[in-house]
Parts: sequence; structure tokens; C-alpha cells
Amino acid sequence: MRLNDLLTHTSEWLKGTGPHSDIVISSRLRLARNIDKQPFPHWSSKKQSKSTLEACREAAGKSDLIRKMTIFVLEDLDTVDKQFLVERHLMSYEHAQKTNSKAVIVDEDEVVSVMINEEDHIRAQVMQSGFNLPEAWNVINKVDDALAKELNYAFSPEWGYLTACPTNAGTGMRGSVMLHLPALVMTRQINQVLAAIAKLSFTTRGLYGEGTQATGNFFQISNQVSLGQSETDIIQNINNLIRQIIEQESQCRETLMNSNRGMLEDKISRSFGILKSAHIITSQETTELLSLVRLGCDLGIIKDINRRHVNELFLLIQPAHLQKIENKKLTSQERDIKRAELIRSKLSK
Amino acid sequence: MICDICGKNPATVHLTEIIDDQMNELHLCEECAHKKSAQMEQQFGLSDLLAGLAGFEKQKDEKEGIALKCPNCGMTFKDFKKIGRLGCGECYAAFRSFLGPLLKRIHGSNLHCGKAPGSRIAKLTRRKIEPGETRAAPGQDTVAELRIRLQKAVEAEAYEEAARLRDRIKELERTAHQEGKKE
Ligand SMILES: [Zn+2]
Ligand SMILES: [Zn+2]
Repeated sequence: MRLNDLLTHTSEWLKGTGPHSDIVISSRLRLARNIDKQPFPHWSSKKQSKSTLEACREAAGKSDLIRKMTIFVLEDLDTVDKQFLVERHLMSYEHAQKTNSKAVIVDEDEVVSVMINEEDHIRAQVMQSGFNLPEAWNVINKVDDALAKELNYAFSPEWGYLTACPTNAGTGMRGSVMLHLPALVMTRQINQVLAAIAKLSFTTRGLYGEGTQATGNFFQISNQVSLGQSETDIIQNINNLIRQIIEQESQCRETLMNSNRGMLEDKISRSFGILKSAHIITSQETTELLSLVRLGCDLGIIKDINRRHVNELFLLIQPAHLQKIENKKLTSQERDIKRAELIRSKLSK
Repeated sequence: MICDICGKNPATVHLTEIIDDQMNELHLCEECAHKKSAQMEQQFGLSDLLAGLAGFEKQKDEKEGIALKCPNCGMTFKDFKKIGRLGCGECYAAFRSFLGPLLKRIHGSNLHCGKAPGSRIAKLTRRKIEPGETRAAPGQDTVAELRIRLQKAVEAEAYEEAARLRDRIKELERTAHQEGKKE
């Protein structure tokens, strides 16, 4: 698989299917793993980082499961390509920054990705569409077993998997669920919900990770505690919390539909109208408007476009994606024009 | 420089925060920094971590901590305090007396009870979870497994964890008893 092949391809997690996919965009699990005795990436010499990469690459090559995936060595990629992988959530923003024997292994469906030499030697991630952490666990557990067969992990029976930051020790597992909560935001109940989440030692962040601001009514909720609970306990705790939030968002949507249907239809249709007719548009504005269009699809107010296409647009309108589609570097002004063009063509179909 | 949050006032406070695995630089005005710090107290960021360490140092002999050094990678405790990241897996053993309480502070427990690498078996948690399942399926945490964990917890002097496990065992035994009656 080449990097450009991803462009013509919808990531599995964006398909808009899976349990509760009207409210839950995706479910993600990641495991942090390190090689025994090898200094962590930030504390490694160039030579040591290189040997980490080689060890991981060799381990991946020996596994039937991972061998068929594609490895991208970041030194071989330009800035746009790296940004492209970040926008697709295949690697972190941090991972794209410095290049010191960093790599990412990606499977064709973009369900599995394995970052090498990020904060830890290995950060394996599995993304599923909709509310489906248990399936993500089934997949990531196999990936982890495959790597553990070949690599000797830094592990203590008492403290579990040993990670660069003590906040990840234990299971090394972080579960994140991406939620779309426009009704809770519109009715101003979201702050109460977020405050309750923070008290339970979960964190919330926005769609693209940077900063804490949530654009487009997207919220990513993750567990903080990784030690002292088993993987299944952690998943169950997240599931219980997410279920409550889904319930609250559903109720809010219902209330809005019953009491403010006219206002809602107006807001959604106007957003759709702007997207269909704009000639210059920023990614921020697009995300806000698409959020309402997505809600319109979920509520049956907009019928001529389906959720999957809206999801795809969220991905395609980002800077690196636009530049990959045009196959050249674009300034921010040029992107705003190309973005509007792309949206008009996709929505008029 | 203008505040990152309100976009109006000049930024006078500069923070580094870590959320999940992202490190962010924040430049804030006084007012927003105040609100933010209240919010950050509920998260385990770098500042919390180091504040935690400072707390332990008062209890421990400060010089003792500063002199610690990992024999495998050469990281000193001072390095760790500055960077907020350990140097290698062996650092955990080298800084053990500080990390035990720190882990407990961060996670509410300092006893692992999840998966272990295949060769060092503890297959207790290797079980397929069905999609949509929220509660422990029957037979997941068997009383026998919990007793092993309880014993481990007591050995490690993790008494809160031990109490939690003891309650869970009691609960399981009670439901098993009731189910037995029903049948
Ligand atoms: Zn401000
Ligand atoms: Zn070390």
C-alpha cells in the first residue's frame, strides 16, 4: 500500500456504522509498550533509537498479522504526508514533529496503527466505527500478543507495563471515545456533563487533539487511570460513562425536536445552504456547519446526503488532505477556496 | 501575545499541559489562567505530577532522592523531576521509593492487575469481550482469581485495593449463593 492509496479510501472508523453511530463517531484503544532495558525514545541516542526501530520492524515482520500492514518511516515523508497521517488519526501530532527513527505501521482498513519511537517505543492503536471498545480490545490484544512474542517488554508484575510517563504505567491502555454532542451544546447542558466527567478522572478534548477546545461539538473522552484496573474493567468503566452521555444527548435531541423543531430545522438548513454555496471557507467554519448537517442527517431533517458522506467531508476538508487531493502545496487562502469548491461538488451530487 | 482562550486580553501566564498524550503550550491571561488551573486540578497533567513529587520530597529525605540514579540508563532522580519522564523501564526500580507513592497518587492504586506479556503469564484477563457488553460476564472475575489478586494486594501492602477485592469477593459469593437457591 502506498500513502496516496489512503486518499481514495474511507477509513473504517469513519464509515458511520457500528453501535450508536448517530452519537458516537469512533472508539479507540491504545497500548503503550517498551522494550526491556532500552532507554525510552526521549532518552535514547540516535543509535539506540535506530536499534529500537529495527527491533520493532523485525518483530512486525515475523508476525503473520502485522507483516501484511505497511510501514511508513517518517524520515522518508514530507511535512504534508506526515500531516496527512495525523489528520487521519493514524498517528499523533507529536509523532509528526521530530524525526528520530520514527515510524508508523498502518493496516489497509486503517483500523490498526502502530507508532514506533513516539513517547514510548511502541504505541499501538485500534480504531472502530461507532461505540465499540470491546471489538477494539479484541483486535489490539492480538496485535499486542504478536509483538510480545518477539519483543521482551519492560514489565513489572507489580506495576505492569513500564512507560516513559508514570501516568501510563500498568495496563498502558488509554481508551477514547469520540462523541458528537450538538444537542447538549445547544441546550447549554454540556458544561455540567464535562464537569461530571472530570470528577470521575476522565479527560475530554476536542476533535483534533490540539488544545482543549471542542470544535464542531466533538468531544473525545478518555480514561486517566491505567494502573490498578484490568483492561476489561477500564473498558467497562468507560462504557458505563459513555452510555450515560449517549442517553443524555438522545434525550436532549428529542426535547429539541419536540419543543424547538422550527428553530432546529432553520439552523440545520441554513448551515447546509452555506456549505452548498460558499466560495471561500475555513476549516473551522466548515467543521461547525458540518456538525449541524450531521445532526440534520441523524434527525432525518436532511435526507439528500448520508452520514458516511458527511464523515468523509470532515476528513477531506483538512489542510493536508486538500493538498494531497490537489497534489501541490497550497497557502491557507488557496485552501479556503479549494475547500469550498470540494464541498460544493460533494454536496451537489 | 494574546490569550489563547479568550483571544482578548494579553497573555501573561505560560503553561505546558499534557492531555492524554498531547503536550500543549498555553499562553493565557490572568483570568483565563485562573479558570484553567481549577480545571487542571481535576486532571493529571505534568504540573500535578511534579506537585505530587514535591509533596513526597518533604516527607522523604530530599538529598536521598536527588542522589538516586538508574544504573541502566544513567537518569538521575533530578533529571526525572525536570523532564517528567523516566529514562527506561529500570528507572522504576531505581526510583522505587518515590514512584510507589506517586503511582498511587496518580492512579489511586499501585498494583497492576491487567494483562501480562505472554512469557510471564497471568492469563487472568485474557478473555474475549462481546460487543456491547457492559458488565462483567459470569465467570469473568472468578472468586479464585480474585483471591489471588487479594493475596498479591496484601503482600504489596495495597490495603485499599485489598479492601475493594475483599468486598467484590463477598458480593460474588453472596450472588452465587442466591443463584444457587433460585435453582
Ligand atoms: Zn483570557
Ligand atoms: Zn533508567
